[in-house]
Amino acid sequence: MTMVPLHILAALLKVSVILVAILTLAAYMVFAERRLLAWIQDRKGPNRVGPFGLLQPLADLIKLLAKEDFCPPAGDKWLFYLAPAMAAIPAIVTFALVPVGAPVDLFGTVVDLQIVDLNVGLLLFLALSSIAVYGVALGGWASNSKYALLGSIRGLAQLISYELSMGLSLVPVVMLARSVRLSEIVSAQAGVWFIVYQPLAFLIFLLSILAECKRIPFDLPEAEGELVAGFHTEYSGMRFGLFFVGEYINIIVLGGLASTFFLGGWHGPLLPPVVWFTLKTLSFAFLFIWLRGTLPRLRYDQLMHLGWKLLTPLALVNILVTAWWLYLKG
Amino acid sequence: MNLLPILFYLLAAVMVAATIFAITEKHPVHAIAYLVTSFFALAAIFYLLAAPLVAMFEVIIYAGAIMVLFMFVIMMLDPGHADEARRPGLLHWLPALFFAGIILAALVMGAALRQAVPVPISTGLGVKEFSLALFRRYGVAIEIISMQLLFAVVGALYLGKKRSPSRSEDS
Amino acid sequence: MSLFDDISGVITGMWTTWKHIFRRPVTIQYPEEKRQPSPRYRARIILTRDPDGGERCVACYLCSAACPVDCISMQAGERDNGRRFAVWFRINFSRCIFCGLCAEACPTMAIQMTPDYEICQRDIMELLYEKEDLLVNHCGKEPEYNFYRHAGIGITQPRGEGDGERPPVDVRGLLP
Ligand code: SF4
Ligand code: SF4
Repeated sequence: MTMVPLHILAALLKVSVILVAILTLAAYMVFAERRLLAWIQDRKGPNRVGPFGLLQPLADLIKLLAKEDFCPPAGDKWLFYLAPAMAAIPAIVTFALVPVGAPVDLFGTVVDLQIVDLNVGLLLFLALSSIAVYGVALGGWASNSKYALLGSIRGLAQLISYELSMGLSLVPVVMLARSVRLSEIVSAQAGVWFIVYQPLAFLIFLLSILAECKRIPFDLPEAEGELVAGFHTEYSGMRFGLFFVGEYINIIVLGGLASTFFLGGWHGPLLPPVVWFTLKTLSFAFLFIWLRGTLPRLRYDQLMHLGWKLLTPLALVNILVTAWWLYLKG
Repeated sequence: MNLLPILFYLLAAVMVAATIFAITEKHPVHAIAYLVTSFFALAAIFYLLAAPLVAMFEVIIYAGAIMVLFMFVIMMLDPGHADEARRPGLLHWLPALFFAGIILAALVMGAALRQAVPVPISTGLGVKEFSLALFRRYGVAIEIISMQLLFAVVGALYLGKKRSPSRSEDS
Repeated sequence: MSLFDDISGVITGMWTTWKHIFRRPVTIQYPEEKRQPSPRYRARIILTRDPDGGERCVACYLCSAACPVDCISMQAGERDNGRRFAVWFRINFSRCIFCGLCAEACPTMAIQMTPDYEICQRDIMELLYEKEDLLVNHCGKEPEYNFYRHAGIGITQPRGEGDGERPPVDVRGLLP
């Protein structure tokens, strides 16, 4: 490998820019969610700190940092302290795979707007999302509390079930793009976005990522109405904050991946690619918040029915139909 | 100075240590955590050995699915007080010692013969070549294995099926 | 088809929430905008006076007995003319739940509730209201009522002189 210093510099720059951007975005997602939910409920939402309440995330951060960091005496110290990181890190790392814009020309060298372009990109995404389960499971287990344990058991079952339909709904995308490299998937959609060929797969993927980020209507692992706060009941301060922000990072990342897989990534007319990508990702985030403002929580058996009896078989059928169609096309 | 060997030995050390901890740890959940760590190290080693696909499957299937299922079962069924568990007796160690001996012998053989270890190609094996090899060259084996899995599923369904009420009455 | 019902249900719900995003919020921005509660709102408690300017409270302890959180305490006393009064009277507003049972129990309409809901202090001891803080110079919600004019027989007026009271019956007379 020929690593020109400029390359290293560019890589470092990309990593830091994306890290800062994604953390800020996640913090403001929390704020946007609170405002939007308030509007949906005919309220105003947080509007006190700074103009229009825009400094609210900062105030929240200070509050969380100032709180006591507490581990239940009967809990498992090590796993309890590690679990929030296990939940947040896979989400952040996944963003390294996402191409956020067209390659740009920087001082004569072409720089991809993507941190790594792995030849197994899509699989790494699946691997990381299956790893994210451990944060939920171990966090709830290590708390040594029945609510947390119930939440994490639900979380385990839900995440495993929906990972399956998520993975299966991506197979047609791979078949269409003939690659699992994310940049190639994007460039395969230069003409027509895959959502046109694969509306069903898109729908399945959308529902699965909703369940993957544990959002209403699939928020059973943290169902406030029944389990206090589910798997992170016992967490306080910044560790809770890490779980919380991790969830929002997950929304952004999965939204970005959904636009990469189905909405053509950064492709789009007129506007610059990065703007297109941001727009698509944020519209997914908006959709998630909107859904949260609308739908009630599913029951556990309904959740399992939807996952195993509807989404997974549909995804399998969809794969077969796509294969048949591609075969006929030659 | 090549970075790869250092990385390899680091990962290998992590993997061996984590596996030993996983075996000796009394608490099942801790053992799972160690085992997952070891799977990660193994996946990274596979990646270094230019087998990215195997690395990914290692994480997706072993760390992401099988271990999670193990954990699910352990969390559902309270395994009781792990601290009070008995240490395995000498007899229980025998099979492990036997296999350890085999591995050690293999290591010594390898070191003695000093075969040149094939240097990994830096580009790595693509997904396409991998799948072509898998389904063309080893297609029959794959089919046999999938049949076996199917049998296992059917068997599990049969064992887990509730007996119909009439049969349970006269039995 | 139940599936279509489900989908149309979800879409109807989404449309409703979408419309609500653009609706004017009903929030009242509290410190800047204040809502005037209705006159019967149950907040800060006062001790009223009767139309003649005397203290209404006769220290009967009924309010203190009715209070579910036991936040009223007092000491009864008697004036030279035989009128009972509270030597001291204390309400602990840090415990009061503003249930209004004390006001219902009071036979003299002395203890009443007002719509003034802005009771907060940095020091919890300032929420202990003494008689001086509670006593006001008006009759509150019952401007006409004077307990002693009804029941103060032998103290403020002789028998038969009270409001709506018939003259005493001469038990020895034979007239019906
Ligand atoms: S309002 Fe209720 S709680 Fe408050 S003093 Fe009266 S009886 Fe007690
Ligand atoms: S306030 Fe009313 S109820 Fe309470 S002691 Fe005085 S007269 Fe009795």
